[in-house]
Amino acid sequence: MILIGERINGMFKDIEEAILNRDRSRIEYWAKRQTDKGAHYLDINTGPAVAKEDQPAVMEWLTKVAQSVSPLPCCLDSASPDAIEAGLKVHRGKAIINSTTADEWKMDIYFPMAVRYNAYLIGLTMNEKGVPKSAAERVTLAVELTVGADLHNLPLEDLIIDPLVLPTNVAQDHGPEVIEALRQVKVLTDPPLRTVIGLSNVSQRCAERNLLNRTYMLMCMAAGLDCAIVNMDDELLVDAAAAGEILLNQNIYCDAFLKTFRKR
Amino acid sequence: MTVTIAKEKWAGKVVEMVIGQGPNAIKVGGENTLPFLRFEGEIPNEPVVALEVWDTEPPDWPDVLASAFDGVMGDPVAWAMRCVDYGADLVCLRLAGAHPDNKDASPAEAAATARAVAGAVNIPLMVIGCGIDEKDAEVLPAAGEALAGKNALLGCATINNYKAVTTACVLHGHSVIATSPLDINLAKQLNILINEMDLPINRIAMDPLVGALGYGIEYAYSIMERTRLGALTGDKMLAMPVVCFVGQETWKSREAKTADSDEWGAQAHRAVLWEVITATSLVQAGGSVLVLRHPESMKQLKNHITAMIKEAGGK
Repeated sequence: MILIGERINGMFKDIEEAILNRDRSRIEYWAKRQTDKGAHYLDINTGPAVAKEDQPAVMEWLTKVAQSVSPLPCCLDSASPDAIEAGLKVHRGKAIINSTTADEWKMDIYFPMAVRYNAYLIGLTMNEKGVPKSAAERVTLAVELTVGADLHNLPLEDLIIDPLVLPTNVAQDHGPEVIEALRQVKVLTDPPLRTVIGLSNVSQRCAERNLLNRTYMLMCMAAGLDCAIVNMDDELLVDAAAAGEILLNQNIYCDAFLKTFRKR
Repeated sequence: MTVTIAKEKWAGKVVEMVIGQGPNAIKVGGENTLPFLRFEGEIPNEPVVALEVWDTEPPDWPDVLASAFDGVMGDPVAWAMRCVDYGADLVCLRLAGAHPDNKDASPAEAAATARAVAGAVNIPLMVIGCGIDEKDAEVLPAAGEALAGKNALLGCATINNYKAVTTACVLHGHSVIATSPLDINLAKQLNILINEMDLPINRIAMDPLVGALGYGIEYAYSIMERTRLGALTGDKMLAMPVVCFVGQETWKSREAKTADSDEWGAQAHRAVLWEVITATSLVQAGGSVLVLRHPESMKQLKNHITAMIKEAGGK
């Protein structure tokens, strides 16, 4: 299970302030903290407060600052292709581009970019019509993304499908559809496509968020989830990911499995 | 229509371990593919073969085995030199005399034997205890001290005595053999515990306590395969080279010990084959260091390895 630490995101108040004041220390703090807690990637998102024209510079700065204190690669998270590319240019290691939709004009931008910078690319199972509800519609869009990858020569192992999780209090019926979509995406191709979800979305504005996140992550793992963008401060979530790997026989059991999971 | 050769892209590899020092050092491990599948990965080092030398005359070796060491079995130094003559890659000195029911040899005696053997041969050394955890926790550190700087392979460390054995390896510059009873979970855990004592993973070898042909070899085979697959898929705590004590198991079997018979044929032929087939099977499962007893078995195993490497496209 690949865990992508969600915390360096301008949606959080402290990160937004750090960006506005160009305060390195706050970014460094979260980069280090999430690394220490066992994250495999750091999500980097400039957030809503940064003006569109400033986004490339902010993405570049965040990526550099985060990687100056952490050996981890980043998941460059932005709706602006220019911001993503600015991050890719200074990134060390193999980045994840977060993300493209299944719209053709977006695929024409992001697939070549992923190929050029040898990055992974997250493909969202949505298009300009919005987020579909049923598993079947999600899988149809995953197929379109797969065709896009093939068309642009992105290796299928570099495409990561995100079937889009919505908050359970307002879109409860999406929960099982996403799980079913994961199951079906895994049998679409050989080798199977990788999958990711933005886990914390499932519990937006809900009570007992950590419990909902952990439970949903394990249900998704059983259906074929490979990566999740998560709150690394939730120790029990990381424990659950380690336990899930063991119970799915993805990792060989040993008594210190919680420790070895965090050390990888 | 062309046939595309299916190649696996492995993320991890077996660590490379150096045994011995200077120009006589040998390397094992380092593979990033399954055994002999050179078309999809690197196999920088071939499996190596050790012959056993005991510090005390073995009481129950059958003649077909003992005759190969006629006249030297009471003298570990001469015995070790005979192993070098036979072409062994390593000498595996077994301190059987330290067993409380045997001679109960003291740590100082064990150290003296180890020092004498090391002084007489120019190939790397393995030093194996008597198998009693408490006693090995005393004799192996003594032997390790006597061989300080020789970069030997000391064992076997178990879950009960790994601290003493590992400390000796850290202090005196040796690598350790970590033994677990056909249990991959325990093997991984023991590697973690040893590694946490600041012995790097390229100084840990794994001994899965293999069974001989007909005596549980299939358990060892599948565990060794899972170990190799773990290493190749990036599990660092399973990425160690594997040591197989083939001779020790083979020569316990009825098929190796029973005299010539109409049903089973000639003992000399049958016994050697029992050792060779056990070893070649375990090489297929990913064994890196094969510890044998009979020089004829070693010769045949080495021929097999050479042929397999050639088949796989040479070095």
